[in-house]
Amino acid sequence: MFGNLEDKLSEILKKVRGHGTLSEDNIKEALRDVRLSLLEADVHFTVVKDFINAVKERAVGQEVKASLTPTQDFIRIVSEELTKIMGGRAAELDLKKKPPVIILMMGLQGSGKTTTTGKLALRLKGQGKKPLVVPADVQRPAAIDQLKTVAGQVGVDCYDTKPGMKAPDIAKLALAQADRQGQDVVLVDTAGRLAIDLELMEELREVKGILNPHYTLLVVDAMTGQDAVNVATEFKNQIGIDGVVMTKLDGDARGGAALSVRAVTGAPIYFAGIGEKMEALEVFYPDRIAQRILGMGDVMSLIEKTSQAYDVKQAKAVAKKLKTDEFTLEDFKEQMQMIRKMGDMKSLLGMIPGMGQAMKKLGNSGPDPDKEMKRIEAMINSMTKAERADADLLNGSRRKRVAEGSGTTVAEVNSFLKRFKESKKMMKRLAKMGPGGLRGMMRGF
Amino acid sequence: MDIGTLIFAGGGLIFLVFVALFIRKQTQRRLPAPGVDPEKVLADHAGKDSADLDPFRDEADVPVPPAEAAPKQSLSAGLAKTKTGFMAKLNAVIFGRGLDEGLVDELEALLVTSDIGIRTAEKLLEGLKQDLSKQELKDPAAVKKRLEEKIRGIVAQKVAPLALDKGPTVLMVIGVNGVGKTTTIGKLAARYTQEGKKVVLAAGDTFRAAAVQQLEIWGERAGCVVVKGPNEADPASVIFEAIQKAKAEKADLCICDTAGRLHTKVNLMEELKKLKRVMNKAHEGAPHEVLLVLDATTGQNAITQARQFKEAVEVSSLALTKLDGTAKGGVVVAICDELGLPVRYIGIGEKVDDLRDFNADEFVGALFEET
Ligand SMILES: Nc1nc2c(ncn2[C@@H]2O[C@H](COP(=O)(O)OP(=O)(O)OP(=O)(O)O)[C@@H](O)[C@H]2O)c(=O)[nH]1
Ligand SMILES: [Mg+2]
Repeated sequence: MFGNLEDKLSEILKKVRGHGTLSEDNIKEALRDVRLSLLEADVHFTVVKDFINAVKERAVGQEVKASLTPTQDFIRIVSEELTKIMGGRAAELDLKKKPPVIILMMGLQGSGKTTTTGKLALRLKGQGKKPLVVPADVQRPAAIDQLKTVAGQVGVDCYDTKPGMKAPDIAKLALAQADRQGQDVVLVDTAGRLAIDLELMEELREVKGILNPHYTLLVVDAMTGQDAVNVATEFKNQIGIDGVVMTKLDGDARGGAALSVRAVTGAPIYFAGIGEKMEALEVFYPDRIAQRILGMGDVMSLIEKTSQAYDVKQAKAVAKKLKTDEFTLEDFKEQMQMIRKMGDMKSLLGMIPGMGQAMKKLGNSGPDPDKEMKRIEAMINSMTKAERADADLLNGSRRKRVAEGSGTTVAEVNSFLKRFKESKKMMKRLAKMGPGGLRGMMRGF
Repeated sequence: MDIGTLIFAGGGLIFLVFVALFIRKQTQRRLPAPGVDPEKVLADHAGKDSADLDPFRDEADVPVPPAEAAPKQSLSAGLAKTKTGFMAKLNAVIFGRGLDEGLVDELEALLVTSDIGIRTAEKLLEGLKQDLSKQELKDPAAVKKRLEEKIRGIVAQKVAPLALDKGPTVLMVIGVNGVGKTTTIGKLAARYTQEGKKVVLAAGDTFRAAAVQQLEIWGERAGCVVVKGPNEADPASVIFEAIQKAKAEKADLCICDTAGRLHTKVNLMEELKKLKRVMNKAHEGAPHEVLLVLDATTGQNAITQARQFKEAVEVSSLALTKLDGTAKGGVVVAICDELGLPVRYIGIGEKVDDLRDFNADEFVGALFEET
């Protein structure tokens, strides 16, 4: 399940076999790799340090059981320690408290509070609740309008904040209104603020004092870097945090901030924002993010990217061609162009388990996958229509022409065609396995 | 995940795997590759015999040597390769030459916690040993000074002030959600209006709720015209109209707001390309500047953002916002280094005058400030 990190570790830990136990020395490299992975994912420096120490402490001296490989042993320890921080299971808001359940949203500017407030309201509405959303961001221009619009979109009640009102007054009046209208959930959106902005933090304390919320949720952008620790610490100390929402997880950030915030607050991460639509809010799965942070082949986001670039018709057409052996060089070229649209090859390939590490190792001197693609494209461009439709037409003299036309060598053309055929065979097999087979293939990721 | 999504993605994924294997193969032939074997990984996951599934395995295949056996790389040969055993190497080389291990740790902590990123941090620290004499390496002050100079050298990219002679100069402002695009536009509008320039704003974010109103309020603050479309208008037509208006009114500057978008969203990036084309149609040579807004609180993902936006619409400069917080925005060091994009502006608050020109000295000073 640990994808490319696992590959790397097994390589390193092969050496451990025969030693009998894990020692500080023989897991050094493995630890270094885990550390690097975590730092690259933006987990905070000291959180990483503590984590590595904890793993080391547990691992060193462990006997490598004959039945298990040292890799499995080590990975189990890493994963258990991660789970310890991240919390094992998805957390859920308890809404069975005496109504109204009051939820206060807070966080830095631009972290996604307003959008999340709308999403959460929609979700709760779907669970049969009658939420009232309260715009109490009196700082950012048009923030009140934004929440009012969003509330209209998702069809929930919105407190009618008037220009010039102060946040604490809004809180008071909104609570009274919620009581009158029999709303069972109150969601209060607040202005984004820096934890070092003492005035605004004081305002937030005051709002919290009035609301006496059941849940004070910190909204954290998944792309946040090292600052996540400062933010979590300050909001925790100055306001108090009952839970966290991670936003913008539909991007390709590794989301190390989640680990940092958990380590600091210990508060559960309840939800993950995964898009701009109001439905795009999910329960947060700690194990998934743990894998993502560790940089294991991110097949999920690869699939997401793919499904954005392709429409169903195209995908089906390709699959059919693959199955029936009709996949031509022309199709191949089209596919390459589609994939190019999805992003640069290097990062795409990095998402395939086992490839990430290989790509990194290649560094700058190895063949650049994107350039490689362009060369291939050049070769195909130099072929005639007939040749593209039937690669078997390409005899010696034709290959020579293609090589000349594309600025490559005959050997390169040969090797490309050979691999094209071989790969076609393999893809045919994979395609025949269908979704079930694919699913099997991905189960391990 | 449901079957539908799987079918949906299936064709593409298969193909991608194919390309992966293909390129991996090429790689193997040219370079002693690391001990990872994606063919095997895939085969294992498919629950198939790997030999059966691997059409590439032929006698021409050289066995893959373990990672340690890779040839020694030259120091400048790229960051990626410094990865394995860097600290060991660093300790062996720098430490052996007298750089205190505690100092290395301290500097690494400083660089990493400012979001410079472990790779760039390692690269910078490694550079020190080439630059400094044995004697200097023992002196923490000298080491720090050299490090500061190095970073300053990277971020201090010359950038001419925005030329306002394009009748009008068109500035396209882009970035992921919530980084501060609209706010930065508001501040810029105010600045140039105060300088006596005529500014037109284009409300090109027609997607997010109340984004237009937000820009209108900024327009009022700055005292400039805001061109907007009807509800749910097409951003391209709003921008086209705004540039037309700017031309007709002989404005000096037309700043185009765009909806925040993650760089991973294919269609939205395509839309951005289209917007850019439309700008050029409205006014030849436009946009004259493509400003990517980055949030200083963002970590390593900002590198990917910059790379993808640059590839899509040829970003010309950066604005780094929210530097009034505790985040240092160190990731721009890597971005300047890798992508050669200059930082033009910084945001230091939410008020209309909280915009500054980027200053490398100040930036580096803040990085090394004790917090
Ligand atoms: N403290 C601080 N806050 C800022 C700065 N720049 C922008 N902000 C705040 O960040 C939040 C988001 O800013 P916007 O300008 O709406 O960002 P945007 O990129 O236009 O957002 P979308 O259009 O929603 O993608 C607002 O609350 C701004 O006030 C800055 O330099 N410092
Ligand atoms: Mg905006």
